[in-house]
Amino acid sequence: MTDATLENAPYSFVRKDTLPQEAPPLSVAGPLAWIRTNLFSSPLSSILTLIGIYLVIDTVPDMIRFYLIDAVWTGSNRDACLADKVGRPVGACWAYVADRVQYFIYGSYSVSERWRVNIVFAMFALGVVWLLWNRAPLKKVGVFFFFVILPASAFILLLGGDRAEGFLRFLILATFALAVVYLVLSFKPSLIKFWIGEGQLGVEEAMPPWQRFYRPKRLILIAMVVFGLLAVLDEKVGLPRVDTGLWGGVMVTLLISAVGIVFSLPLGVLLALGRRSRLPAIQLLSVIFIEFVRGVPLITVLFMANTMLPLFVPQEWSPDRLLRPLIGVAVFAAAYMAEVVRGGLQAIPKGQYEGAMSLGLGYWQMMRLIILPQALRIVIPGIVNTFIGLFKDTTLVAIVGIFDFLRTIEATLVDPTWATPTTRGTGYAFAAIFYFLCCWGMSRYSVAVEKRLAAGQKR
Amino acid sequence: MKKLVAAAIAAGLGLAISATAASAQATLAQVKQRGMLNCGSNTGLAGFGVPDAQGTWKGLDVDYCRAIAAAIFNDASKVKFIPLSAKDRFTALQSGEIDVLVRNSTWTMTRDASLGLLFTGINYYDGQGFMVRKKLGVNSALQLSGASVCTQQGTTTELNLADYFRANNLKYEVVAFATSDETVKAYDSGRCDAFTTDASGLYAERLKLTNPDEHIVLPEIISKEPLGPSVRNNDPQWFNLVKWVGFAMLNAEELGVTKANLDAQLKSENPEVKRLLGTEGKFGEQIGLTPDWAARIVKLVGNYGESFEANVGQGSLLKIARGQNALWTKGGLQYAPPVR
Repeated sequence: MTDATLENAPYSFVRKDTLPQEAPPLSVAGPLAWIRTNLFSSPLSSILTLIGIYLVIDTVPDMIRFYLIDAVWTGSNRDACLADKVGRPVGACWAYVADRVQYFIYGSYSVSERWRVNIVFAMFALGVVWLLWNRAPLKKVGVFFFFVILPASAFILLLGGDRAEGFLRFLILATFALAVVYLVLSFKPSLIKFWIGEGQLGVEEAMPPWQRFYRPKRLILIAMVVFGLLAVLDEKVGLPRVDTGLWGGVMVTLLISAVGIVFSLPLGVLLALGRRSRLPAIQLLSVIFIEFVRGVPLITVLFMANTMLPLFVPQEWSPDRLLRPLIGVAVFAAAYMAEVVRGGLQAIPKGQYEGAMSLGLGYWQMMRLIILPQALRIVIPGIVNTFIGLFKDTTLVAIVGIFDFLRTIEATLVDPTWATPTTRGTGYAFAAIFYFLCCWGMSRYSVAVEKRLAAGQKR
Repeated sequence: MKKLVAAAIAAGLGLAISATAASAQATLAQVKQRGMLNCGSNTGLAGFGVPDAQGTWKGLDVDYCRAIAAAIFNDASKVKFIPLSAKDRFTALQSGEIDVLVRNSTWTMTRDASLGLLFTGINYYDGQGFMVRKKLGVNSALQLSGASVCTQQGTTTELNLADYFRANNLKYEVVAFATSDETVKAYDSGRCDAFTTDASGLYAERLKLTNPDEHIVLPEIISKEPLGPSVRNNDPQWFNLVKWVGFAMLNAEELGVTKANLDAQLKSENPEVKRLLGTEGKFGEQIGLTPDWAARIVKLVGNYGESFEANVGQGSLLKIARGQNALWTKGGLQYAPPVR
């Protein structure tokens, strides 16, 4: 009885050790193979690749030379960017952008008051990071900050003057009133038994007074601090009125798109639900609104708002010139958003509705807990698409004489101080960079959100 | 249905008319109550209205608005500039959105007669001109026979060009482009011999050329483009006020009253200066202002010549010659009736 192993195989031609692994042939691995399979896999793709390479070689070096190598980076007037004066070929005139960048950001906003805009920018950035960064703490406080504190403070800081002061006074009074209410409730929670119910009341009563209702109290505290600081600013430094006619630049672009984005989503969801509602009046109104708004060009509405409205409305009632397009843009985006959301609602199988109902959920609970979370996740690409479209549509307000970012650039292009052959190219390149970064940022963020939410059903 | 629409339109128009009628009462009172002059301005035109690095509007038209504010409020900054496109400028004036339109608008018969507005005067005599390369050796537009001319499509510029060359029996070739930028680019790259547009625009476009010094603007002006402020036609007091603000600036220049020598001029014995600056008589009160209205304008904005030189003339990059915009005493067309 012998063991048939290699060691004791009687034949000398049997190989006893395994061969070392060979590198894969060049035709299936390595850079050459990659190029072959990806760039030259067929005659058509070879041709396309060659055309692509030609286009890149043709344009990229010229662009790099124009925008970087030959560019002028410093200077105080057009002489810096004139080939004659500099004695070399001149590309992009970035010195012009550097000189006018303040104007691009703030428009004609009074120079001595621009710190107010900076505060609003900082608060906006804080709010955005708070809400969008997934691991940021205290999300609910963040929501309150972004949707209540920020708009109120932005209104007070940006506009200033009597109206803002009156509004601030009202806010502080309201906050104090709420604070008093909650102070009383902390010691006598049984007063609002009818509101929070037996169970919750028991929970609150089990805690010491200062810990009761800590969630609303936290928000009131924040509001008191922020509005208090604003009041101190108003008192010590003063917030003179800066008319909206002076606003401009990035500030207006961000304002219009932020208002549009923030208002269009909730409004759009409501309209979408309304359109699918079984109540005929609500359904009809939603359909009329959506179809009417979608059927009219935005420019028409802007024109109507800015040139026709004053004909019908007495002067002292007519809304502010900046407010009109703000409302127009928000209403527009809402109508488009409604159709996007409706697409999501329609993609949810009927079983989900029936399941929710069989659990005993009411209409709003069903929508909030079961349907909308799924529907909105499906339509994230559509929602972001609408946002990006809205962001770029804000440039249309230039037509009615509002100086958004792009318009401020165009306004400086006619200025003889920087009239050179390359100023135009530089200005528009700067605008392109700004808009691209903003839109690309939005789209990247939406991709991340999609991945996070769709972890269960990757495609 | 048609009747319903008609009724709605009629109601709307009625409202509009009553609204404008209400505003007809007194533009000056409204402006004073608002504490701010609403001035319809250009969205950006070199020399006439452009924001500087701080975002402050500068220009010849802008100065006119500031002069009105200076006369009313003694504060040249109490102006709200409302930038308007060519399309909606007159609507904005009719609807009461703005109090005065100073936006390089050409004074024509139709506009004066049928748009419900009145031009108060001419603050800049513009007209179509030509720019050519110096090395062409041309000194007059009449030597342009056989030249190719770059111009913008579908504008009156193109029609004026045809009229002029036909009237003078000159041969020419039009090279038309859709936008003014394309037109300038084509001229700069040598696509045509001459470039034509309004003279004030020629000077601004010249700066965008690769070698501005190689080009000259020919002296001929082949069309009339009188630019001026306009107001609604239902308020004679306001019309007079806006008109006389312009005349005050011209009279100040004619009498040699400038920003710098205003204090000395206030003590002047010249009766004309005394009447203008309000040291004698109360002429300003006739148009609803204070007697020192003209002194305020000169102090805060300057006289017409100063404003011209600083914004479009030798003090600016445009370096437009006074030409037709010189005072009548110096061979130009700018003439103001006397204050008396």
